Amino acid sequence: MTAHASPPAHASPPAPDRRGRRPGAGFLARHLLRLLLSLTVLVVASFAMIHLIPGDPLRQMLGPSAPKALVDQRRAQLGLDQPLVVQFAHYVRHLCTGDLGTSFFSSEPVSEIIRQGLPNTLALALLATLVALAVAIPLGMWSAVRAHHGRGRRTDTVFATLTGAAVAVPEYLYGLALLLVLALGAHLLPPAGLTGPSSYVLPVLSLAIAPAAMIARLARVETLRELDTDYMRLARAKRLPPWRTYAVHLLPNTLTATLTMGGLLLSGLVTGSVLVENVFAWPGLGLRTVESITQKDYPVAQAMILVYGALVLVINFLVDVALGVLDPTSTLSAGPKEA
Amino acid sequence: MNIEQLTVRFGRFTAVDHVTLAVPDGTALGLVGESGSGKSTLARAVAGLLPHRGSVTGVTPGRIQMVFQDPYSSLDPRMTIGEAVLEGARTSRHQRAAQITRLLDLVSLPTSCAAKYPRELSGGQRQRVAIARALAARPEVLIADEITSALDVSVQGAVLNLIRELRAELGLTMLFISHNLAVVRYVCDTVAVMRGGRLVENGPVDEVVNTPTDPYTRALLDAVPRLAPA
Amino acid sequence: MRRLLRTPAGLVGTTLVAALLVLAVVAPWIWGSDATRINPAQIGQGSSAAHLLGTDALGRDLLARTLVATRLTLGLAALATGIGTAAGIVLGALPSLLPRGWGRCVVAAVDILVAFPALLLAMFTAVVTGLGGRGAVLGIGVALAPTFARLTHTLTASVAGSDYIAAARMLRVPRHRVLTRHVLPNIAEPLILNLAQSMGAALLGLSAMSFLGMGVQAPSYDWGRLLNDAFGHVYVTPSVVVAPAVAVTLAGLGFMLLGDAFAAAAARTIDPVGDAVLPDLPKAAAPADPDAVLEIRDLTVAFPGGVTPVRQVSLTVRPGEIVGVVGESGSGKSMTAAAIGDIVPHPGLVGSSRSRLCGVDLDTLTPAARRKLLGSCLAMVFQDPTSSLNPALRVGGQLAEVATLHAGATRAQARARAVERLDRVHIKHPEHVIRQYPHELSGGMRQRAVIAMGLMGTPRLIIADEPTTALDVTVQREVLRVLREVVDESAAGALFISHDIAVVGELCDRVAVMYAGRVVEELPAADLAADARHPYTRALIGSLPDMATDRSAPLTTIPGRQPAPGDVPTGCAFADRCALTTARCATRPRLVRDGQHAVACWEVS
Repeated sequence: MTAHASPPAHASPPAPDRRGRRPGAGFLARHLLRLLLSLTVLVVASFAMIHLIPGDPLRQMLGPSAPKALVDQRRAQLGLDQPLVVQFAHYVRHLCTGDLGTSFFSSEPVSEIIRQGLPNTLALALLATLVALAVAIPLGMWSAVRAHHGRGRRTDTVFATLTGAAVAVPEYLYGLALLLVLALGAHLLPPAGLTGPSSYVLPVLSLAIAPAAMIARLARVETLRELDTDYMRLARAKRLPPWRTYAVHLLPNTLTATLTMGGLLLSGLVTGSVLVENVFAWPGLGLRTVESITQKDYPVAQAMILVYGALVLVINFLVDVALGVLDPTSTLSAGPKEA
Repeated sequence: MNIEQLTVRFGRFTAVDHVTLAVPDGTALGLVGESGSGKSTLARAVAGLLPHRGSVTGVTPGRIQMVFQDPYSSLDPRMTIGEAVLEGARTSRHQRAAQITRLLDLVSLPTSCAAKYPRELSGGQRQRVAIARALAARPEVLIADEITSALDVSVQGAVLNLIRELRAELGLTMLFISHNLAVVRYVCDTVAVMRGGRLVENGPVDEVVNTPTDPYTRALLDAVPRLAPA
Repeated sequence: MRRLLRTPAGLVGTTLVAALLVLAVVAPWIWGSDATRINPAQIGQGSSAAHLLGTDALGRDLLARTLVATRLTLGLAALATGIGTAAGIVLGALPSLLPRGWGRCVVAAVDILVAFPALLLAMFTAVVTGLGGRGAVLGIGVALAPTFARLTHTLTASVAGSDYIAAARMLRVPRHRVLTRHVLPNIAEPLILNLAQSMGAALLGLSAMSFLGMGVQAPSYDWGRLLNDAFGHVYVTPSVVVAPAVAVTLAGLGFMLLGDAFAAAAARTIDPVGDAVLPDLPKAAAPADPDAVLEIRDLTVAFPGGVTPVRQVSLTVRPGEIVGVVGESGSGKSMTAAAIGDIVPHPGLVGSSRSRLCGVDLDTLTPAARRKLLGSCLAMVFQDPTSSLNPALRVGGQLAEVATLHAGATRAQARARAVERLDRVHIKHPEHVIRQYPHELSGGMRQRAVIAMGLMGTPRLIIADEPTTALDVTVQREVLRVLREVVDESAAGALFISHDIAVVGELCDRVAVMYAGRVVEELPAADLAADARHPYTRALIGSLPDMATDRSAPLTTIPGRQPAPGDVPTGCAFADRCALTTARCATRPRLVRDGQHAVACWEVS
């Protein structure tokens, strides 16, 4: 046997240097690089979107009856008659100056649509995330602590059934149900649009229920796992008061996984808001996105997909970095690992 | 088997650093060291499971077999014991039953085990199956990587006895890895001590145990717990 | 299948999905004409006797349309799941088939795709392929693929990294055979289990697309399309959205419950039934030992199902003494330690005929007083130093909290004491170490820090449960030395639990050997080598080679297995494996004391 015994691709050895903590700068650089790479892929994909449409996209937009002259004129207007490379260069140059094109039908600049809609969409997603986290984490921990002590087997079943069912229902159906009951039935809250603080209640609720159930389930599992560790056994052996055991020893260790999930859900909520916005006629990006796609207003659709994709990537990046900073085992602080 | 200047790197980390060792035919070399000393990495490299620099000569390629530490992950949970044992053996169909009986008998397991699945066996029995599977390929060199450390105390002795019997019966050449010097002393003819990826001492067992030259070997020997003599 | 129907959730899920499948087949035949019959006289009506759930803009019955739409909805969802699964499995398997560099590219691409929400991927695909059912199915399929690819990749990688694949490679088993014999069978089950959940996700995704007007287009209709149509009239006749909305909800629930039930059935967890039952343990009559820091009599731990891991164990620890408890896994030694520390996990029950700590009878104390006594008198050290310290808190804080909470020390006092205690267990630069997190310490340092944590109060008893098992021998030596020093200096007693009879013999003053939940022999540690009498103790010593073992003779072996804690015979538990067994062994031998030495065996006492 000689030196070049080539292992197959999947034989990844346990590499000690990969397991260790990485320096802070490297951690940030790695995540930034990943973000830039993903953004590049996204820009290329959004550019390619129009060109991937089979047949002539202009024909698709204007319909089969439009005169050829008009189609050609519009094509020139959008620059679609130029070579691909030139088009891509234009696309990137415009992106860099914040020019996302103009709507094919209303001639509105897309950047203006985004300026109006984005704050409302973000407010909805952020509020829903906060509500979900604030309700779900204590609920999940409480249920786990009870289960660990062997109390309340019945509450445990109720918890599992309710959260399980809540996860399975999509946000727009919550929206419809809330709309029917609270807005159209009881007339307690406004059914549509953004007219004041009370307008936020129904959309935020419909967005938050399923993620809250999911986070509560996760927080429960994480808490149960942590309760079985030696340091929690030691904390109990030290006879610390319960509040200290749970708030100081337990909470920080369950948060990492729970917040990672929260971050993932936030990016999911950004797109979930598309549906809820359509239910409640919410003046956000979602309404315009769906409209642009169904009307085949390709410049707007292209920009919207780009904006949503970029939002998701940036949120994921921020969550990763925030968790990296919070988690003591992944930070920059160097020290003797093995004495 | 001769190991020459064998080096294994993971990125910038050097796990095994220019190790040269000779294992004459029919002898057993014990490889001792603490966690992180590189002994298991060396074993995996010699077995061809890890890319490395340096050379291993004196063995026909494919005639090195290995028994792993964890008997719970070294057998495919969806394969019967009989299938597992014969996996590497080139046996004609009508000889399979006889071959399985012979191999299981070699490791003191009843033939009735052949139809069972790994989950039905104890840790010690699984380790015997793993040894039988390795022997089925008629290895020139058998590598045993901490094969008793995941087992309960009362089973360890039986597995060590088996290894000694097999050595006497089949004249096996062995690379026996353990963190336990007493176990190595009992099973092996020569011993090599590793620390931080390097070889610090190497020689016949009695010599190393009775007159260690390296201070680290001495520290290891001192740390072996022993019952106070009456 | 029976396992699937055992839980209420599994039953409901299976019933819902079965009902949907039946509807998908029969509904278009039964209600097909009702669903398409246009009735200009009854346009956009609410619930009525003729139309239970109202009519649509053309006067067609909504209930009938919803029932008929089951077929298209499920069909499209199945199609999308098929596309997503196939694409996902191919993408997920590629990294292990392609050359390394290409494999990494695929993994990176999947990682990027997984980050995007499904709806976004579906909308992108829908724009490219055009509006309509085909575009939506493709879109949802594309959206499902990355998750499936990730799952396949993770499963493949974990199987590929297992020792049995390494063994197969050394046996020169051809690569395609490794794939078909080992990899595929072991990843198939979790992948199939995931199908039910994917089907649910596909159904919800498709309905969402159709609801937004990007999916199925008229005159075809699935539930999402029906919702889209009805939503236009929701402000006039709110009840028109009920039928399709309920259908989507029930289907989502059904698939999700079924998926959960599949996963639970595969995990094969069996919950213990009933409650734990303790035997009757009358109060001990003999006078208590006034000097002992710990005196327990007939300690018993019981779990549901007749599982009794600890059976009438009696132990006494005096000041300055280390008592070793040795046994194999399953002997009940760790559960004994947990019972004394009062941390037996639920639903276990602990009983004894006497339990005294620091001269106080624990059974006479109120729960609060008991907690206070245990908190100030007892220190515990566990096996795994990596998990004994809370990873999220600094070492200093974890040590100091004991002093501030139980001894009422100020923060500065507690900190000074922490530094002093760390110094006492020979940790260098304690002022620096208290500001560090546990992961910055080595294993030996962590274990010594845990001992220091126990010393923050003034413990009278230290319970150490396999404290050196996870450590290297040279580090083990340091930790044992620290433990001995601490016991000698503080005159506390210690209970040292270990599977290693040599370590116990070297460190301890007295040793109790446990087998199947009982102490079978108790003797001074110095007598272990020469005067152990119980056949099990002697076999334990003989089965492990030490530096003086005769290399020409085989080691002692013990045939058979230790009985499980729920399965201990009424007679001598060791009789099945013992060479000395006679008819008397059918009755359990009592622990017979002879001075310092006690043995439970008919043949040797």
